[in-house]
Amino acid sequence: MQIQMNVNGTDRSADIEARTLLVHFLREDLGLTGTNIGCDTSSCGACTIHVNGESVKSCTMLAVQADGQTVTTIEGLASGGEMHPMQTSFMENHGLQCGYCTPGMVMASVSLLNENPNPTEHEVREGLEGNLCRCTGYHNIVKAVLAAAE
Amino acid sequence: MIPSSFDYVAVDSADAAIGALTEHGDEAKLMAGGHSLIPLMKFRLANPTVVIDIGRVNDLSYIRDAGDHVAIGALTRHMAVETSDLLKADVPLLAHCASQVGDPSVRHRGTIGGSLAHADAASDLPAALLALGGSVMVKGPNGEREVKADDLFVGFLENSLADDEMITEVRVPKATGAGWSYQKFNRRAQDWAIVGVAAVLNGSAGVSLVNMASTPLRAAGVEEALASGASHADAAQRAADGGSPPEDLNGDAEYRTHLAKVLVQRALTEAESRKS
Repeated sequence: MQIQMNVNGTDRSADIEARTLLVHFLREDLGLTGTNIGCDTSSCGACTIHVNGESVKSCTMLAVQADGQTVTTIEGLASGGEMHPMQTSFMENHGLQCGYCTPGMVMASVSLLNENPNPTEHEVREGLEGNLCRCTGYHNIVKAVLAAAE
Repeated sequence: MIPSSFDYVAVDSADAAIGALTEHGDEAKLMAGGHSLIPLMKFRLANPTVVIDIGRVNDLSYIRDAGDHVAIGALTRHMAVETSDLLKADVPLLAHCASQVGDPSVRHRGTIGGSLAHADAASDLPAALLALGGSVMVKGPNGEREVKADDLFVGFLENSLADDEMITEVRVPKATGAGWSYQKFNRRAQDWAIVGVAAVLNGSAGVSLVNMASTPLRAAGVEEALASGASHADAAQRAADGGSPPEDLNGDAEYRTHLAKVLVQRALTEAESRKS
């Protein structure tokens, strides 16, 4: 089927099977491999992207469901060569270890601050409950999100 | 994991969805946010030949004050239910239960109608609807009817709707100032409840159980005991009446039965303390 969506500011269209998951469309059809696949069962959050500005798990969404919508992936967060403040904050606070969860973690964190610009530490932890870091590096991730909120 | 092939039909109204359901019969599945259906399809536990996408039926996304009750469009996302000032004031149990579904990214996509139609005994919102004495409006080719929560959940992942019907609206009686509690017992963040209990004390008591049978379940024994004047502690002893708890790695039936009693008592204590 024919779909069309805006991905990171660019209109993209493609002819895909209806069963194509959004994460596969982004990675394999558009080559946007910054979005990772972790658990593939909407538990880990590695595949978190934004659809119309809100975090979603792209392993649990069909590409056809995003037809006509606006999608942002980790590749679309920086603008004009400048990293997004959340990316900078993750870097400055060492909010990553192996880096596998990082794209999803950053996307979920940006969505979290959009909804709650001044969260408490507890709210950050609750807000990121759907994003797992197998290095267990949560301490600095939470620190990075709190720093970005300031 | 990728679902089996299916034909995809996107509709922009409830009537169009019912038309498509009528055309395709029980081979078709409605998809709202897809957060119950897509995982089932990925595991190949569900293999519908036609998926009818109602996710863009925007006029079914609303939360309205309807006098004695609050009316919620079936396609209202969990995040909207969780953050609704109207629901937080008048039906706080429902707003709270919505906040316990999955995680924020899941709650951006999942819908109240989808969750109720999915009828999972382990999920949060069916229990809230039962405890609140709510209902759903169901639309089919021959018009609309109201189905009480008590008549909605009939079997494992099975609701009482006909193949050509869909939930269009959820109605919850206002419970302003009522005592309420939701006890969700799980081992990890974002897990389903091993056992959960929803309670509303609003003159009479509404108490319901999560994951204590193959369907979402009213704790009829507890309600009956409270109605005849039993103490919370005594009423809680009847928590598992009529239940048939599942057994899995998280606990056997005996453990869940014990847990239900403990959680009912906690729920009643907390609900009592919140009465105003």
